Formats: sequence, structure tokens, C-alpha cells
Amino acid sequence: MNWNTILIRYGEMSLKGKNKSKFIRKLKTNIKAALSDLSTVTMRAERDRMFIYTEKPEELDRAVEILPSIFGIQSFSPIVICEPTLEVIKETSLKVLGKNETTGKTFKVDVKRVDKRFPLDTGELQQVLGGHVLKTFPDLIVQMKKPEILLYVEIQHEAAYISSHTYKGAGGMPVGSNGHSILLLSGGIDSPVAGYMMMKRGVSFDAVHFASPPFTSDLAIEKVEDIVRQLAKFGAVIRLHVIPFTDLQQAIVKQVPSNLSMTTTRRMMMKVADQVRQDTNSLGLITGDSLGQVASQTLESLTAINEVTNTPVLRPLIAMDKLDIIEIAQKIGTYDISIRPYDDCCTVFTPPSNKTKPRVEKVAYYESFQKFDDMVAEVASQRVTTIPSQQTEDDFEDLL
Amino acid sequence: MYFDHSATTKPDERVLRTFMDASVSYFANPASLHAEGKRTEKLLERARTQVLSAIGLELTEGIFTSGGTESNNLAILGYVYANQHKGRHLITTSIEHPSVLRVFQDLEKQGFTVDYLTVDQEGRISLDELKETLQDDTILVSIMHVNNEIGTIQPIEQCAKIIHTFPRAKFHSDCVQSFGKLSFAGFTDGPDLISLSAHKMYGIKNSGFLAYRKNIQLQPIVFGGGQEHKLRSGTVSVPHAAALAKAVRLLVEEVDLQQFQQWRNELVEFFSEFDECRVLAPNASAPYILSVAFAQITGEIAINFLQQQGMIVSTSSACSSKNSDVSHVIEAVGMPQKFEKGVIRISLGKDQTIEEIEQLKVAVRQLIELIRKGVGK
Repeated sequence: MNWNTILIRYGEMSLKGKNKSKFIRKLKTNIKAALSDLSTVTMRAERDRMFIYTEKPEELDRAVEILPSIFGIQSFSPIVICEPTLEVIKETSLKVLGKNETTGKTFKVDVKRVDKRFPLDTGELQQVLGGHVLKTFPDLIVQMKKPEILLYVEIQHEAAYISSHTYKGAGGMPVGSNGHSILLLSGGIDSPVAGYMMMKRGVSFDAVHFASPPFTSDLAIEKVEDIVRQLAKFGAVIRLHVIPFTDLQQAIVKQVPSNLSMTTTRRMMMKVADQVRQDTNSLGLITGDSLGQVASQTLESLTAINEVTNTPVLRPLIAMDKLDIIEIAQKIGTYDISIRPYDDCCTVFTPPSNKTKPRVEKVAYYESFQKFDDMVAEVASQRVTTIPSQQTEDDFEDLL
Repeated sequence: MYFDHSATTKPDERVLRTFMDASVSYFANPASLHAEGKRTEKLLERARTQVLSAIGLELTEGIFTSGGTESNNLAILGYVYANQHKGRHLITTSIEHPSVLRVFQDLEKQGFTVDYLTVDQEGRISLDELKETLQDDTILVSIMHVNNEIGTIQPIEQCAKIIHTFPRAKFHSDCVQSFGKLSFAGFTDGPDLISLSAHKMYGIKNSGFLAYRKNIQLQPIVFGGGQEHKLRSGTVSVPHAAALAKAVRLLVEEVDLQQFQQWRNELVEFFSEFDECRVLAPNASAPYILSVAFAQITGEIAINFLQQQGMIVSTSSACSSKNSDVSHVIEAVGMPQKFEKGVIRISLGKDQTIEEIEQLKVAVRQLIELIRKGVGK
């Protein structure tokens, strides 16, 4: 018996019509990238599911650990492929079940008969297999609703697939199947979650981070790199653009009254990010705004900030509570990185009080005295671009 | 010739080099905000991950301590204090290391109830007795993996299965003598907390580790700046942590247990030839510890004689060897009186050679002859 295959069932994309093959191709690429360390894995994609093969059991186990974080997968099961005859199916079913602890567990047989020539119909086969299994595993308790062990048997023309466990996938759409955007990544708790949620909808992105050296440290950048690495685990290659923001920020402080400087800062950030978006042929901007959380996130502030661009601004957290955002951040592993205590560019120049209801005309008036657009173009062009997840050197290999 | 590796091991030179390099290049305080502090913190976290990954999948948290004693103290006191509202019944065995036993004795004075499991002649606890002793209000059971005096291996995984059927009971195991010498990728169903010590695995003294499951609540027993998950205050010695991680890795990569087993079998066979000798726990013990009792003489006379022949062995336990009384472990396994005071422990290490084993046999033969002549009476 060979446990060398994983059957993957598609999520929402299985509802797609003509574009489906594009989605499937994307999913295949993402899975391949996520499993790139596993040398012997091969894949085959069909219209309704995908198969992963490897001869090494440890690589199969590793794949089972990695797959739940990849968007576009509804569920997956390690399966045994066998000859589609009743005797072989009976025998294989016992072996597959033998991998489980069966004592006192609830159990059900589920049969899918694609090959209608198979001599027994679905109901008969379920009965025959159920009886056969119970003879060998008398401890199992038959239960139709939500059984702990589901023996799944699928009869195809060429082969039968048998599994005893189905793992839940991450759902959503394959990352990259829904366009490319720019994520404004501060290093706080919210923006990584916003990125994650857009990934789930199939959006891939580059991240933009604003640094204000020498007031902010390399550690703040390292923190953002770590966040990008963590997000990349959900099946995407993420580029990080670090923008040298100090000069622009100092110009704002000089030019704009302090209670409006935050609004102008955000507007300039939007403009810079939009410039990067254009340069990278991306389609939208993603932010971690959550309505009413801070002064820059009131509807009035958002209006004033949004005024600088016609690009769609995606704000997946807009209606979420902080505690719910924190919960997701913890689940996806960015929370512990985000709470590292380094100042970022937003805390360096914090004014004593911010307007919660800034007026667009006023902001624009103060900005008009300085050639901010030139400065925006300048800092956007000075960005430093890296792919943090691909920096794999181990600093401590010799020491430890 | 050194046969006292269960008392301590000579540090591996590569471990010492790591300690030196880390001391020089990563001396900043890992709690500092500046870049040097951050680099040091990174090394500390890498060391932690490396140790945890050698321990296995279930114990995902861990802190660096000053050694096995502190790990044991923190595991027991820290867990009991943080969870005493759930129950006040505790279980351990009668053959634990003093860093466990004394803690339980102290807890008894504070009003906790402690049951001490008995052991058979081989030093093994009984699973039935464990089952019977567990109560609904038992919150902690502490059972060592390998006994430091006679080498008995306890059935840790079976213990864990039994203990975990009691929802309030958590399981601590002192793995100071076993880690890296019996199993690495731990137990499929195993303890909730385990203690390690660096100097038992060719590492540096005053350095240890306490690993525990994610959901385990502990309370600190040392207070201060809140370092090490707020459980062990005091500036963390990153060089010690790095050296411990290195020692663990070398063990994982290099240790050859079959060699120990083979030598031990030979020694058991050798000692069985003499009526004056009795091997303790010949069937139940770890492959690198062999305790032997001599009739008529004291352990001290035996080790002094062997030392003159160039062989370093110890009495049953280095930690308590200065007490003249019979050790609590030897008492617990129940020896005939004439053997009780004549116990020595031979414990093997990774750099041992077959020639050394042969020379030990020669020296022991001479000792036996002296006993037959009536020395020490």
C-alpha cells in the first residue's frame, strides 16, 4: 500500500466558469512554490481537483503541514490509490483505517461512484464496506452525522481512491488570481492583517514601508522584513519597498500647522505608494485602516487622505473591531512581530494633537506652498527594494 | 580514566568555542533596544528554537535556567503555585533527585498532600500504583526519566497516557540524565514539562533548560526584570544558551547509543561472575549507567582503591556522596544489608574506549581479590 498521494479539492474557484483554468494554474504555481523544499514532489491538476505525489513519507507529512495555509484549497486528503475491484477496495480500506486510533471512535463510510459500471451501487457498496470494516474494528461506532473517522472511497474508471482523513484548507482564492496591489505596511498590528485578508481574496501585493532614518532604526525595517516573511508563508512572493521618508517628513513639519501635519503625512504616503503602484503596474492600494480607531481613520480624515488619488484603496479592516484584528494577527503569526517596540516614522513626528475632522481645502492650501509632488517623485525613486523571504542565510550556522 | 559521566561530563571543545565566540561577539544585553542587543536576542532565540526542535513537537516553549536543579524547582514550584486553585494533591517517586524531592517535602510543609510512589528492586515504579494514586485533585506528577544513581528508565510515555486521563493533572519529568542519551524527538505522548542540564551532555556547568507545552501556566520563583517569558528574571547569559544549543546539536548528530549498550552488557556479564557483586537494575537501566554493589566493603573504599589504579568511579550519586547514610534510592530498591553501603556507579561517556573498559575490569578483579582476603572488615 502506498500513501504517496494527496488529493486537493478546490475552494470558491470551483464555481468559476471560463476563467477557471487560470485560477487552477495559479493555485498550482503557489503550491509548487510553497513545497519547493520538497525535492520529490510532483503535481497534476485536473478540472475539479489536484493531486500531489511523492515517494517519501516524510515529504508527504511535511506537505500536510504546509497545505492548510495556502489560499484556494477547500480541503485535502492523503489517499491511497488502488485497483477498483471490490476485493482490493475492501482490503485497502482496512489498511487505511488501521492508521487511525479506532477505539470508541465514531465512523461512517462515504462512497462516490464515478464509474457507473461498478457492479455495486453506492448504497450497496457503503453497506458491504461498512460491514467488512466493523468485523475487523468492532470498537468503531457507526454515526452518520459528523463522524470522527470518515472512510472515503471514490471509484474512478482507472482506479479507486481511499482516504480516512480530510483536512480543512484555508479557503479563499489563489494568491495572485485577483490582481496585484500595493500594501502600505507600517509595522503595526493592522496592516499585516489587511494584507493577509486581501491575499485570501486572491490579491498579491508589494509592500511599501516608510522609514525615517536616523530617527528610526534598522531594527524597525528588520521588523517589517520579518512581517513580510511571515506573510509570504501564505503562498506569495512579496517584494518590500523601503522609502526614505525623513526629508519629506521634515518638510511637512516645517510647512503644515502641527494639527494638520498628520493628515498631510498620510496624503504624501498615499501619493508615494501610488507612484510605486504605477511603477510596478499594480492596480490598487491596501491599507490597514479601521474606522474610528485613531484620528487619521475618521471618515473626515479618510476623505481628506483619499483625495490625493483615484486608485481603488482597499481597506479590508474598515469595519472590524481592534480585538478581532488582534485575534487574526495572532493566528497568522504577525502579532508577536508587530508588538516589538521600535519607533516607526509615524511615531517619530507625532504632533501634540491631531484634527479628527480636517478640512480638505485647508490641508491643500498649506501644502500648496511647497513642491511636495517633486519630493514625492524623488523619494519614490529612491526606494530600496528587496524580497525578504528569499534571504535565507543563517547567521548562526557556524556558532550553533 | 573517567567513569563518572553521570556526575558531570567534560565540556566538548566545540561547545567551549561557541561559548567563547558568543561571549566576545554577542555580549550585549539581549533585552537592549539597540542593534547589538537585537543581534544578541536573535542568537538567543535561535538557540531556544534549536533546543526545542531537538526536544520534539509537543513542548514548544522553553526557558534557559542555571541548570537541572533550577529547572526542576521552577517546573514544580512554578506549576504548583500557578495552579493550586485546581487542587492540592501531588505525586512523585521515592527515588527522585534531591532537587525534586526536597521541593515536594517543602510543599508538604505548606499544606499540599504528596504521595511518593514506591519502586521495585530494579527501581521501577508501578503503573498500577500510579493509576491508584491519581486523584481528581491531583495537579502535578513528577517522575524522572532515568535515575541518576542506578540508571533505571521509567516508562514515561505510559505514565503520560495514564496521567493525562486526569484532566487537572500535568506531568513533569526530570530528563537531566536521559536527554540526548535515550531519545531526542521526545515522546509522542509525553510530559508537559521537562528539565535538562547542559553539563550532563558535554556542555557547560550552571546552564540548563526547562521546556514546556504552550498551554502550561507557570509562576516565577525569581523576581526582577521579567526576562525569559517573565519566568526567570536576570540578564540572560546568551553564551550559555548558545553553548547549550550547540551541545544539544552535537549530541543529536553524534551520539552512538549502541556502543554504550554493548559495553554495558559486557560489564554486566563481567560483574555477574562474582558472588561479592550485585548489579543494580540490570534489566531496566540506561545503557550508560551501571551501578554495582560490593559486599562487605563501603563504596568509599571501592572508589579509593579504584582511584589508585587510575579509575575514576563514584559512589551512587555525586550530589549526595558526602552523606554517610545509605542513599534514599538504594534504600527504596531494597538491598540485602551487606550490599547496602558498597554501591559504586560506573557511568560511561562518548569518548570512552574499549581499552579503558578492559582496564577497569582488571582493577575490579584486584579489588575482588582483596575483598576475598577480608579487606575492609
